[in-house]
Amino acid sequence: MAPYDTPVASRRAFLAGAGGLVIAVTLPFKTRAQSGAAAVLGGEATAATYAPNAFVRIGADNLVTVLIKHIEFGQGPFTGLATLVAEELDADWSQIRAEHSPSDASIYGNAAFGGMQGTGGSTAMAASYMVMRQAGAAARAMLVSAAATAWGVPASEVTVSKGVISHAASGRSGKFGEFAEAAAGLTPPAEPKLKTPDKFVYIGKTVPKLDTVAKSTGEAVFTLDVYREGMLTAVVAHPRKFGASIASFDDAAARAVPGVVDVKKISDGVAVYGRNSYAALKGRKALKVTWSDSAAETRSSDAIAQERIDKAKQRGALAGESGAIDDALASAATTLEAEYVFPYLAHAPMEPLDAVIERSADGGVEVWMGSQIQSGDHPTIAGVCGIEPAKVKLNTMLAGGSFGRRAQPTSQFAKEAAEVFMAAGGQTSVKLMWTREDDIQGGFYRPLTVHRLRGGVNEAGEIVAWEQVIAGQSFLAGSPFEGMVQNGVDATMVEGAAAIPYHVPNFHCSAHIINNPVTTLWWRSVGHTHTGYAVETFIDELLEKAGKDPVEGRLALMTDPKHARLAGALRKAAAMAGGMNAPQARARGVAAVESFGSFVAQVAEVSMENGLPRVHKVWCAIDCGVAVNPEVIKAQMEGGIGYGLGAILFNELTLDDGGSVTQSNFHDYRSLRIGEMPEVEVEIIVSNEAPTGVGEPGVPPIGPAVANAVRRLTGKTPQRLPMIKELQA
Amino acid sequence: MAITFEVNGEQRTADVPEDTPLLWVLRDELRLTGTKFGCGIAQCGACTVHLNGQPRRSCITPVGSIEGQQVTTIEGLKGPEADAVRAAWAQFDAPQCGYCQSGQIMTATALLERTPNPTDEDINQALAGNICRCATYVRIRKAVKAAGETLGG
Repeated sequence: MAPYDTPVASRRAFLAGAGGLVIAVTLPFKTRAQSGAAAVLGGEATAATYAPNAFVRIGADNLVTVLIKHIEFGQGPFTGLATLVAEELDADWSQIRAEHSPSDASIYGNAAFGGMQGTGGSTAMAASYMVMRQAGAAARAMLVSAAATAWGVPASEVTVSKGVISHAASGRSGKFGEFAEAAAGLTPPAEPKLKTPDKFVYIGKTVPKLDTVAKSTGEAVFTLDVYREGMLTAVVAHPRKFGASIASFDDAAARAVPGVVDVKKISDGVAVYGRNSYAALKGRKALKVTWSDSAAETRSSDAIAQERIDKAKQRGALAGESGAIDDALASAATTLEAEYVFPYLAHAPMEPLDAVIERSADGGVEVWMGSQIQSGDHPTIAGVCGIEPAKVKLNTMLAGGSFGRRAQPTSQFAKEAAEVFMAAGGQTSVKLMWTREDDIQGGFYRPLTVHRLRGGVNEAGEIVAWEQVIAGQSFLAGSPFEGMVQNGVDATMVEGAAAIPYHVPNFHCSAHIINNPVTTLWWRSVGHTHTGYAVETFIDELLEKAGKDPVEGRLALMTDPKHARLAGALRKAAAMAGGMNAPQARARGVAAVESFGSFVAQVAEVSMENGLPRVHKVWCAIDCGVAVNPEVIKAQMEGGIGYGLGAILFNELTLDDGGSVTQSNFHDYRSLRIGEMPEVEVEIIVSNEAPTGVGEPGVPPIGPAVANAVRRLTGKTPQRLPMIKELQA
Repeated sequence: MAITFEVNGEQRTADVPEDTPLLWVLRDELRLTGTKFGCGIAQCGACTVHLNGQPRRSCITPVGSIEGQQVTTIEGLKGPEADAVRAAWAQFDAPQCGYCQSGQIMTATALLERTPNPTDEDINQALAGNICRCATYVRIRKAVKAAGETLGG
């Protein structure tokens, strides 16, 4: 984790903001150069409205604004990270506000991303827990010091509670705003003292989420809601086949549409610019593009799957091995084989991708977008615009979901937005808007992945052999995350399979990377979306073959102490459900998956209706260390279950015989709807371990938990997903 | 051409082709951005407004077809049902990303206006056309029921 996990407070700055003087507590990382506060602010107080290098801003109006370095698109970092500051600052929750931090990795880098600024891998809380608490504690110490000086009393006698600074002996008290100016002149403590957990008043309790009200009134501003003076709206005609390019285009009819002002070729398509959204959309419809398929993927997804099925029959690059797998398989009393095919999946966030770019007065550009990896998007935009990164002001916006879609290692969307802006002359403000069709057909899918498993049980009923071969594609090659591919193994393809929580003495896991022009990406919980399903359905079947109970059988195999927390979650979920017995015509299935440092177990109660599973109830237990915001954690488990369930039941992205994407919108890429959402009960295991993520870990167990129940009802584990494909075939 | 209709109690005129979807008139012309674009084909409900008091998908409603009619958007949504819904939304912290929530709230409010004490089945049917990709459905369902109870239904 070093060097980013050991911040020290070492800077302060004066800022004349709208609310008066503010304290800008900054916590630059030890190994970095001094923060740029002085340079940014210059010698004179500017009318800056935010502190570019700060985590906390306290105004004369008593408002505490917490700058959030992780994008808020539903997983709760605004509330979660602000809770940490409020806790150590002893602020009143009602005075807390949150906003996205600027794009500046030197201050806002993510330790889990090697210091790049970005959000993903459910790292926001884990990577911020100490930083944000220290920021709050430093600000508190400075306020206390300022108050003590003003009152002529020892700082040790000054207390803070719910936004009020007090000195009991003299009966004096005041609010933060009164001391903001004086505090801003002090040197922050090098090592601010943090609370012990028994003193927590917000961490572990429920506070109202900071963004709920704005999201219930229509006031929350997303990128699509940004309108600038004279702004054009652009939509891009993209190829229907991956790897296709433009042969020629005829824009006469498009230009004839009232409101269309321009049509330009960019590297991956043809952009149509309108005075408003509808003109641009109509113009694109009238555009005639001839594509060249010479470099395109023209095979069907069935053919791509078959290639991977064939490949998975041979072992690949080694990801994990112990014992003597060949001997164990050969000598097993009972063997089991399974072959799983996981389809391409689109993320389909509610807000399709979008960005607004505008020329700034200083010759730079200002950008508004739901950037998930600022450290990639920011320089990419600068490069396309031909300017220094320092001339780009990237405003991270609230985004309508992502589930991985906005985290593009290659910054492909940022590049397209900048190209669209520059192709129109680079002076007029442009909003690039993708439609749902662009989103569903635009690639960057969860990779189509095949798993082939063989397992063996001996005469004593012990699972003695486990062989797993995975064939898929890698989206990390050529990206800043390339280091995650080692010796032919992409860590994001084998996570959850290279090592399993069950002790099997003879073990083998290997993988094949077979790339093709279909663009792929991490999809909420990444490799665990398929490894969790394959491992947890296969162990369930092996345990059945061995005559073991699905819960006790799993627990008996979690012999390594490092799986104790997963075992704890499994015990808890089983206890919540009251065991695995279901009412008549229903069955229960269980699954337990560790992902992103969190441990989640789920029991699903299922019946079959019209050939499809109907999930009535899910019991979910999670161990994510210290539960900073219990309701946010529960909401993420509920949402993760719904997101995973919809995909496992209904979703696949297919390519037809010529390589064109078959699906186009929500009518044929079905989303889970409210009537299909099970009742969900969540319990959080009490823990003093450091907090870990919750955005993704709720997803992996639901598919296999449902599949294991389906097997009890139908006799067969669905192995070709989505379930609707196999069960209603 | 100029089309006049009522939005949130005010007469508004838009000079746009009459096939322009109401959604884009609300957003691009009137800057009422609480109404969202999600699919453009009436499959997701993010663009739901009330037309003469009934929920309507603004993405497939040509503005030329609503001359003189009454539109309510999330910005203008008022009344005891809307208040109860918003209070319940806060009580359960229903939104995650929040992008679909204007549509959810428009539909939920319309449901409570005609069915003050909805059953789970009523809620499932009324909100079947409102997709939430974050799948906050557990909380939406609880919030709609709680709002119904507040209204004394």
